[in-house]
Amino acid sequence: MNLAVSLPGLSLKNPIMPASGCFGFGTEYSNFYDLNQLGAIIIKAATAEARYGNATPRVAETTSGMLNAIGLQNPGVANIIDSELPRLQAYDTPIIANVAGSTIEEYEMVAKTLKNTKHVAAIELNISCPNVKEGGVQFGTDPYLASEVTKRVKAQSNVPLYVKLSPNVTNIVEIADAVAKAGADGLSMINTLTGMKIDLQTRKPILANKIGGLSGPAIKPVAIRMIYQVKQHIDIPIIGMGGITCAEDVLEFLLAGANAVAVGTANFENPFICPEIISSLPKVLEEYGFSSVEDAIGKGHIYE
Amino acid sequence: MIRKANLTIAHNEKIAKSTFLMHLLSEESTLDIQPGQFIHIKIGQDHTHMLRRPISIADVDHSNQIIKIIFKTVGEGTGYLSKQKTGDKIDALLPCGSSYPIDKLTMKHALLIGGGIGVPPLYYLAKQLVNRGVSVTSILGFQTASQVFFEEEFQALGKVYIATNDGSYGYSGFVTDIYQAIQPSFDYYFSCGPTPMLKGVTKELEDKPGYISLEERMGCGVGACFACVLPSRDGGYKKICQHGPVFDANEVILA
Repeated sequence: MNLAVSLPGLSLKNPIMPASGCFGFGTEYSNFYDLNQLGAIIIKAATAEARYGNATPRVAETTSGMLNAIGLQNPGVANIIDSELPRLQAYDTPIIANVAGSTIEEYEMVAKTLKNTKHVAAIELNISCPNVKEGGVQFGTDPYLASEVTKRVKAQSNVPLYVKLSPNVTNIVEIADAVAKAGADGLSMINTLTGMKIDLQTRKPILANKIGGLSGPAIKPVAIRMIYQVKQHIDIPIIGMGGITCAEDVLEFLLAGANAVAVGTANFENPFICPEIISSLPKVLEEYGFSSVEDAIGKGHIYE
Repeated sequence: MIRKANLTIAHNEKIAKSTFLMHLLSEESTLDIQPGQFIHIKIGQDHTHMLRRPISIADVDHSNQIIKIIFKTVGEGTGYLSKQKTGDKIDALLPCGSSYPIDKLTMKHALLIGGGIGVPPLYYLAKQLVNRGVSVTSILGFQTASQVFFEEEFQALGKVYIATNDGSYGYSGFVTDIYQAIQPSFDYYFSCGPTPMLKGVTKELEDKPGYISLEERMGCGVGACFACVLPSRDGGYKKICQHGPVFDANEVILA
């Protein structure tokens, strides 16, 4: 069974990659399995300078999901290039760097700094983090700003750009169209949905940040719907994500129109989830009548 | 190295109000499990509960490969756990986090200060210390009489002082009140409990060498998600699940 997929800047041996923020910089999970098995790795968001992130608690479990408000904690793009990326060079697995910022200038600076390394195959432009006071999701909810930041980061970058979309919008196609026209090479969708959980005993939100991003199986139908809608109108590749826990979920994302997928929250439930999905994917594809991953992409669309 | 283990419940017993002692039979050797470490337990068989629950290790019976945990039912996860029966399977990552570095320390007398559900990891520690010839004094704090557990077990290992917040058992007040009253002599102290207690303990014993163990809501439990961080005195940060839960008392800044 051919699991390989080809995307701008990315030749993937299979379509499975851990999602940004759920896998750190890979080191921890390399203790569990050989990262060579992965299609790619999307590393934790990079900002211009080191960020500490939000106060704790930063996570709360919800039914079939979780809320997080980490707040883009990271050592800064220069430290990531110097300390984290070299460790990942031991693996024959493309690295996708997630780029975040508070201002367009910060996004530009991070993308520009990433030109100093050969170890990044693509950028995932994070215009959808719901957990920071400035920037983040505001760029992902306003089509003009989304277009502007895409255009300017694209100009600073020498690798393909995948724009990570926020689901916290009324019209996902409008935003996807704006970033596609601004030069995005692909889309990454969806980021978390904003949510809250209140503790009955304390009568206060559990997260110190009060509001967090909802991920996990609870959001999968939203992701499928949005990918499907975008695929109907926009012709750039999609890395799909949102609640994937098994190979059947992967097939559903492929049918909706994703070209590859990222697995996020499920890594916390089962650290071996990515290699387990990769090993069961051929059987699931075969069971549903597909001869390759490419064969299944977009096959959920009925064109009347 | 952390592994994913398939444990079998060998015993599940309520030992105090909302407090359960569970014995978990491991298929693999338990010899690598050090005092202070925790196991990260999956809740349920499906994807309803996406986050594992970190539970400290209360004791290990290496000859029978049994890991003992003591937990309090505070929500859905621990509630589920408390209802599991002998023979049921538990999926756990273990051993997680750092341990009390007793092999690197030279001491004759150790002071253990535990509060509530922070008491269990000190029991495995106390046994290890006593095995090494260290004399152990334990100060254990609970909210109320019905929540007191393991008093006799600690007594078998050394002198024990119990405090309850409401005065319904032992000394009335906090563990720090007992410390002030008895002024014990010791080489190192080891403490585990809720953060307000640890703040009180580290302030009271600020010129003494010691180690503290912290709890926090965790995500991955292996250092990847940055959910359970706290600031460190060197201006950086520490991840409780990976760099901790045990820290040198002067290494981190308690919120």
